[in-house]
Amino acid sequence: MNQYPAWKNALVLAVIIIGAFFAMPNLFDKDPAVQVSAGRYGSIDLALMTKVETALKAQAINYTRAELQDNRLLVRLADAETQLQAKEVLNNEIKGDYTIALNLASTTPSWLASMGAKAMNLGLDLRGGVHFLMEVDMDAAVKLALESFASEFRALLRDEKIRYKRIQVEADKIVIGFRNIEHRDNATNKIKDDYKDVKIVPVEVGTTPSLAVNLTEALIRETKQTALQQNITTLRNRINELGVAEPTVQQQGDSRIVVQLPGVQDTAQAKKILGATATLEFRLVDYENEAQDAINGRVPSNSKLYYHRDGRPYLLKKQVMLTGEHIINSTSTLDPDSGTPAVSVTLDGKGSRIFSKVTGDNIGNPMAVVFIESKTETRKIDGEIVKVRRQLPQIISVATIRDQLAKKFQITGLDSGAEASELALLLRAGALAAPIEIVEERTVGPSLGQDNIDQGFQSVMIGFAFVLVFMIIWYRIFGAVANLALAANLVLIVALLSLLQATLTLPGIAGIVLTVGMAVDANVLIFERIREELRVGNTAQASIDAGYGKAFSTIADANITTLIAAIVLFSFGTGSIKGFAVTLSLGILTSMFTAIMGTRAAVNLIYGRKSQAKLSI
Amino acid sequence: MQLLKEKTNFNFMSKRKIAAVFSMLLILASIGSLVIQGLNFGIDFTGGTMIELSYPEEAKLEEIRTKLEQNGYADAIVQNFGSIHDILIRLPVHAAENMAELSNRIVDALQADHETIIDVRRVEFVGPQVGEELTEQGGLAMLYALIGILIYVSFRFEYRFAIGSVVALVHDVILTLGFFSVTQLEFDLTVLAAILAIIGYSLNDTIVVFDRIRETFLKMRKGTSEEIVNRALNDTLSRTLMTSITTLLVVTSLFIFGGEVIHAFSIALLIGILIGTYSSIYIASNTILAMGISKADLMPPEKDDEDVNEDGSVV
Repeated sequence: MNQYPAWKNALVLAVIIIGAFFAMPNLFDKDPAVQVSAGRYGSIDLALMTKVETALKAQAINYTRAELQDNRLLVRLADAETQLQAKEVLNNEIKGDYTIALNLASTTPSWLASMGAKAMNLGLDLRGGVHFLMEVDMDAAVKLALESFASEFRALLRDEKIRYKRIQVEADKIVIGFRNIEHRDNATNKIKDDYKDVKIVPVEVGTTPSLAVNLTEALIRETKQTALQQNITTLRNRINELGVAEPTVQQQGDSRIVVQLPGVQDTAQAKKILGATATLEFRLVDYENEAQDAINGRVPSNSKLYYHRDGRPYLLKKQVMLTGEHIINSTSTLDPDSGTPAVSVTLDGKGSRIFSKVTGDNIGNPMAVVFIESKTETRKIDGEIVKVRRQLPQIISVATIRDQLAKKFQITGLDSGAEASELALLLRAGALAAPIEIVEERTVGPSLGQDNIDQGFQSVMIGFAFVLVFMIIWYRIFGAVANLALAANLVLIVALLSLLQATLTLPGIAGIVLTVGMAVDANVLIFERIREELRVGNTAQASIDAGYGKAFSTIADANITTLIAAIVLFSFGTGSIKGFAVTLSLGILTSMFTAIMGTRAAVNLIYGRKSQAKLSI
Repeated sequence: MQLLKEKTNFNFMSKRKIAAVFSMLLILASIGSLVIQGLNFGIDFTGGTMIELSYPEEAKLEEIRTKLEQNGYADAIVQNFGSIHDILIRLPVHAAENMAELSNRIVDALQADHETIIDVRRVEFVGPQVGEELTEQGGLAMLYALIGILIYVSFRFEYRFAIGSVVALVHDVILTLGFFSVTQLEFDLTVLAAILAIIGYSLNDTIVVFDRIRETFLKMRKGTSEEIVNRALNDTLSRTLMTSITTLLVVTSLFIFGGEVIHAFSIALLIGILIGTYSSIYIASNTILAMGISKADLMPPEKDDEDVNEDGSVV
């Protein structure tokens, strides 16, 4: 007799029921929706909901429902077209304080959702969107850190009245030149007292006694990590400004950031905003020296030559009055005096203290606003592909300081309204700590995404149908049992993907298709064994038992080796390949359960009690 | 219904010399082709830009090429992709100001003074350094998979079986790569994934056959090694064919209905499964016979050894 104990039958049944439950949310379609989330000053409440509903009604836009959930307001709409209209209306109505983004709202019934059942995520290749891999320029991050140290050393030595000839940042160190050794020794002691994280080595540059200051390994590591983290924060802020629902911004490796923007179509704008390194610096104009002399090669040691947008040269002090990082808010406006585009800027507490002091000290002197953008060029030099990074500082305005400036002021000199609003956005979202560059892009348009879903679904279903028919023809009742197991296997894979909140990609679907083909292998092995046992004259019951028993170790060996390949794929894989590895490994695991335990339970129920059974195999 | 009604008795191993020569020739041809013309690497590995566009009307390739040339993209390769409306544009790594924005400039150039709206279906851009890394990681992944399998199989069976299975896998990988080299089909990341899946699949097949060979060695008292291997191959033949057929069925469905994006992937799988089935019968078994496997090698060691499992494997 072949009987499973009651607990085994119950286990098989329970696993399948639980699997079906967690797979269920995937059956519900998603509604097109517009998502409103709070910006810096807005709050999500009933008042907002009323405002949004009134605005939509006023424009005769039919929405299905508006609902408040986890700090956001979701407005569900009938189709993609009204979704776009609604976004437009809300953009005009409440933009500024809120971020408005297109999204897809789940229609999973609340009782299902409340028990933790959620639909699996669709990858960008299925729902459409952009995937960027960005590389942070770590050399630049270290150089920036060195420059800020250099600037602090300048201030320190001046305060301590130690005379130095020059302070310069070279490849990976700061070199400070002195008139004599005595000054150098004084400076060494002062810097050592104040800075613990730097290595100071006395060197001679020509005949000049100098100090070479290096950052310690730990400090370099910390600088890089901070740069990466700050860039991630800045990118998040910028993406919020763009209005993207459910973006992903993640660190990958030591110097890279993955950005995924579902549903984004305008990749040109996204690239421009995300990669923009534009920042501002405020510097005093060196009016004591002539710019023309600097052009001829005589640059005063404390100044640097810059050009205005209109081409005029200016000498600016090396000392920076203020940088863009102290800006906490900025909006684009029109300059009331001239009517030209302008950006109104608000500084943080520290920034306004610094700024009011320097502007107070320099009333009547000219000040320049420098707009700095860095660009990366890929060049071929001697057949090698080399990256060249260039900083493009441009003076956008020079004005005489009339009053002490403090918390709020305006920047003029911008070319267009569009430039003003872009600069305002970038200043608001914060500057990048180090330039970033897009090193990989994968964009899938919505039409291809839908095609991929349709074709993926179709190929799973047709492949599945082929196998079902084939198995029934070859193994009759046993084939039908294997088919049930195969169906249960599909349900379990979907349930696991949903539970793990894994992302389904097109290669992931291919993995499922491949699993369908390979999952029947276990059953083929068992059934062929049973046939063999029957052929040598064993009874039906003995054959079933021996078939399952003998096939087991073969099945285990075969599946474990495939699993090894899948795990290697997973650990090596990038994005979409990982999706393939995940579904393949999950499929192997679930198929072991359904093809062995599942079919055994069914076969036992059908034949287990009959001692003279004739097997339909 | 049974695929093979009676107990089959093909003498597979009588042809083993022919099979060995046949495989050697194919391997030589594959390596030759790989050396001479190499693989047609996709942008995943070389770096570059790929743009898939869909025109509402028939896409006029000549016109598009001229337009691209006028805009300074003479090295762009333009071809139809799946239908007369869809085109695929490929560009190598450009010494341009900003590589990442190349695709936007190209779409703008094509859209300019074009009456209908061109749908951007897909853009892929891979920077040169990322491409290099992917190539390196891909090679390593293949190596790790083979080493992992070698370890597992020698641990579960005997070292000759491990070598046999790895020889079969290397055979499969070289022939599949050879196929991609000869046909010059594009070799991208998904094809690499398919090859790793083939390693898994082919191994699965080989393991089943090996399992049976080991069992038959222990069961059959008489017979030469060759006869025993033949018996095992015949016993597993209908399973080998059944599994290959069901897997081929679904992969064919993937090939026909899965869409252009995974075409190369499904071709790699189709070819790999056919080669994998052949190699489990002829290459893997051939190798262990050539290394002189015998009954004595598989007998369970003496009882007092504690580290022996009941199936004869030594842990």
